[in-house]
Amino acid sequence: MPEHGPRDLMVQAQAVSKHFGALQVLRGINLEVKRGEVMCIIGPSGSGKSTFLRCINHLEKVDGGRLMVDGQMVGYREHGGRVYELKDREVCRRRAEVGMVFQHFNLFPHMTALQNVTVGPVKVKGETRAQAEQRGRELLARVGLADKVDAYPRQLSGGQQQRVAIARALGMQPKLMLFDEPTSALDPELVGDVLQVMRQLAEDGMTMVVVTHEIGFAREVGDSLVFMDGGVVVESGVPREVLANPSQERTKAFLSRIL
Amino acid sequence: MNQEPPAGRGARQAPLPAGAPRVVPVRHPGRWVAAAVLALLGVMLVHSLFFSHVDIGGVRRERFEWSVIDHYLFNPAVMQGVRNTILLTVIAMVGGVVIGVLLAVMRLSPNPIVSGFAWVYIWFFRGTPVLVQLLFWFAAGYLFPTFTIGVPFGPALFHIDLNATLTPMVAASIGLSLNEGAYMSEIVRAGIVSVDEGQLEAAQTLGMSRLKAMRLVVLPQAMRVIIPPTGNETISMLKTTSLASVVTVQELTFAVEQIAAANYKTVPLYIDASIWYLVVTTVMMVGQYYLERYYARGSVRQLPPTPWQQIRSGAFLRPGRGRYGRFPGVIGGEWAPVLAGQDEGVL
Repeated sequence: MPEHGPRDLMVQAQAVSKHFGALQVLRGINLEVKRGEVMCIIGPSGSGKSTFLRCINHLEKVDGGRLMVDGQMVGYREHGGRVYELKDREVCRRRAEVGMVFQHFNLFPHMTALQNVTVGPVKVKGETRAQAEQRGRELLARVGLADKVDAYPRQLSGGQQQRVAIARALGMQPKLMLFDEPTSALDPELVGDVLQVMRQLAEDGMTMVVVTHEIGFAREVGDSLVFMDGGVVVESGVPREVLANPSQERTKAFLSRIL
Repeated sequence: MNQEPPAGRGARQAPLPAGAPRVVPVRHPGRWVAAAVLALLGVMLVHSLFFSHVDIGGVRRERFEWSVIDHYLFNPAVMQGVRNTILLTVIAMVGGVVIGVLLAVMRLSPNPIVSGFAWVYIWFFRGTPVLVQLLFWFAAGYLFPTFTIGVPFGPALFHIDLNATLTPMVAASIGLSLNEGAYMSEIVRAGIVSVDEGQLEAAQTLGMSRLKAMRLVVLPQAMRVIIPPTGNETISMLKTTSLASVVTVQELTFAVEQIAAANYKTVPLYIDASIWYLVVTTVMMVGQYYLERYYARGSVRQLPPTPWQQIRSGAFLRPGRGRYGRFPGVIGGEWAPVLAGQDEGVL
């Protein structure tokens, strides 16, 4: 089957491009994320890093190039030398396998923490409520919120909400987790709890792509670091090396401003 | 999170330290003047309503004929009218809400045919008078005595005798529902677009389809925005059903008109009808209050008290000073700021 990439790759991007009207946001992204790898993406705002992340679970449509997740083209099916756009049902099925955490949490405010975590497994995957609730309680305990099971999002701090959001994504038992600036909307003192949960997740072997400004997290937890600017990957490599010895001038300029 | 009252309110109740100067509250002489003027007007109104008389053809009689009003208030025909008015209102609103939700979701559909159909529907039913629509459905039984769906030039699959089926009540129910659906769809659409786009995206990342995300995530949140204008529509519909008297539905206005046509006591009988419209409106407003309270779950940190709780705590006597802060109470009904999310300061 031609559509299968190397089996150890979770995400594979080849010359991925995307534009909004006249604005070219992604100008040919090439990168690979292995199974179990934690990749951090840094870069100035407007560099296209969030857009790329949203392309991975088809919240945005790719205009050109090939973007593969777990050996399957995102949003398309390749067959007999042609590429077919997927039906909505198939897009939904594939999205259910990829978890996403947003900058502004996007918890469902009319549901309790536990309902937020169980609505996906029950309504999308068809699990029984009892089964989903049991795992939901375990997940909330894992992110340190065992006592907030029945709290509504409004009654939680930003850091607690983001941890519920992580538990909600994990409730679907994804094979890949995407984080879109998960700590950027948090008070500085609340960032640590969220990063601790993400660190634990990385140690458990989850494949993660993290768009972040937390250089410390990228250095200590990330297996690879990608610096994006102007819709292209400027530089990538082992985090410590990229951060200590950036080879590109643009990377140096960016790092000197934020470090 | 912080559940304590804001600092200003807490400070007011703190005991003053010894030797502190006494605080003289601001006087409000304007309130006394306003109260006196209103009391005077109130007395004049009561006098005019209950104690004044009028000369008609040399006969002196009570101006508003309360004995007549009293006599017909619980008249069986009037009571039947009240029942039919409520029935017609409920049918029209249930139909209108169902049609409205469908149209709103269709209007926002990415499918241009579907959204185009919704647009044309709304254009037509909002663009023609509801009275004309009622008359059309009343006349439809004569225009289309039978209604048949079948294969063109082939066998009939479905057949009804419209002349017998389209009774005045059925015609009015259809007409009012279809008309209300057009207005409700815009209210529902406003509710849907008021929900943050991130909610739909979050639902989609869980693998939900557009319709499932609408049903489970977007619409329940849109309800907070949809309910107040829907209450408005319901109360408006209660009165709009009086148009059905034109197509001979035996509702409240029709009932009092028929009695008045026989005894010429027109004004007292219309007052009877007004009393009943007011009574039903009052019951509806209380119902709306509890409905809003239910859908405020998760959007306010502490649910406001029910009217009964307010009466028991005496909070309604002290607007702005009650245990529950500036919650406006059922009469004020000004839920909007509380619901709009600026709850921290309000509650």
